[in-house]
Amino acid sequence: MSNPPPIPGTTLFDGTQARKGYALNKMCFSFNSAACRDEFVRDEEAYMKKFGLNEEQAAGIRGRDVLGLIRAGGNAYYLAKFAGILGLNMQDIGALQTGMTVDEFKAKLKAYA
Amino acid sequence: MAKIVGTLTTSHVPAIGGAIAKNLQQDPYWKPFFDGFIPVRQWLDEVKPDVAVVLYNDHGLNFFLDKMPTFAVGAAPEYHNADEGWGIPTLAPTRGDVDLSWHLINKLVDREFDITTCQEMLVDHAFTIPLKLFWPQSPCPIPAVPVCINTVQFPLPSAKRCYAFGQAIGDAIRSWDSDKKVVVIGTGGLSHQLDGERAGFINKDFDLKFMESMVHDPAWATQFSIHELVEKTGTQGVELLMWLAARAAVPGTLKKVHSNYHIPISNTASGLMALATV
Repeated sequence: MSNPPPIPGTTLFDGTQARKGYALNKMCFSFNSAACRDEFVRDEEAYMKKFGLNEEQAAGIRGRDVLGLIRAGGNAYYLAKFAGILGLNMQDIGALQTGMTVDEFKAKLKAYA
Repeated sequence: MAKIVGTLTTSHVPAIGGAIAKNLQQDPYWKPFFDGFIPVRQWLDEVKPDVAVVLYNDHGLNFFLDKMPTFAVGAAPEYHNADEGWGIPTLAPTRGDVDLSWHLINKLVDREFDITTCQEMLVDHAFTIPLKLFWPQSPCPIPAVPVCINTVQFPLPSAKRCYAFGQAIGDAIRSWDSDKKVVVIGTGGLSHQLDGERAGFINKDFDLKFMESMVHDPAWATQFSIHELVEKTGTQGVELLMWLAARAAVPGTLKKVHSNYHIPISNTASGLMALATV
């Protein structure tokens, strides 16, 4: 069976990504708990170490680099919990990933109507 | 035997929860979305379903990647919402219907759907927000049974498989020895993509075709592979699987009570349909 051609700008969260991103996603899953969010904010480095993030993942967290975190195995839903800590909404995240300003990104969405 | 009164389908964007909490229903951004629910509530007042079966996808509240069931059925007396980490208010618990849960579980496994059963199950915005939109009272006045389909980790079940799953759910409900009226709800979609350089992707043409098919040609979307659905609707637009399964629970043409389509709500093309059993 041949693989279908990749979809541009799109990473399917498959087994390869799920294996690669397990520690990162597990850390982000913990952010469902307010106590865990507070612990992360108090000492990001210690919290990342506790979950065993690799260097690529840790760099993505330090740099608030959403595309880098996806490359490092992050899943959109778990990463959104990290974005929640940063006070970013989905238009902020969309703008970060597409290199637009938030207003440009909102205008892009509206233009589909 | 129990009767299915119809199928309701809606988007389930977390930001809707924030808008409800802040009473923004009449705000110009939100009004075109919230107004769509008024005729649907009127219909619900007329048909008065006793219980809802809600097909939804969890977004990392109940299930993590340690254990990721493809299909999971709730079997709890009560379902609790909880902190999802992105700052939307936690909604009141919803009563379950354990008799219906176990009837579904038995019948689905009979039909060779090897589901996961959950006697405890946290329900996220994809379950709580649609119920809140259809029944604004708190808590939800009718009990509900959550049925979760994995759209987090690929491989996802195919559109064809989700359709067959919905058909089996419909048959199970109709064979339930009860005089209750059941409404089947599917939540998610329509086209949107949150992640990657293609974030912000929406496909209005496809969404409108899909909504049209929901009335007269419910199996239409089963012609597409998951990969094709992601390409056409976005990585999260694939949540239309829940619509497909909910629609499949009722065979034949349905009567369209109401539909609404509005772009954008957050990053999503929001859709709403109320389809009544003829």
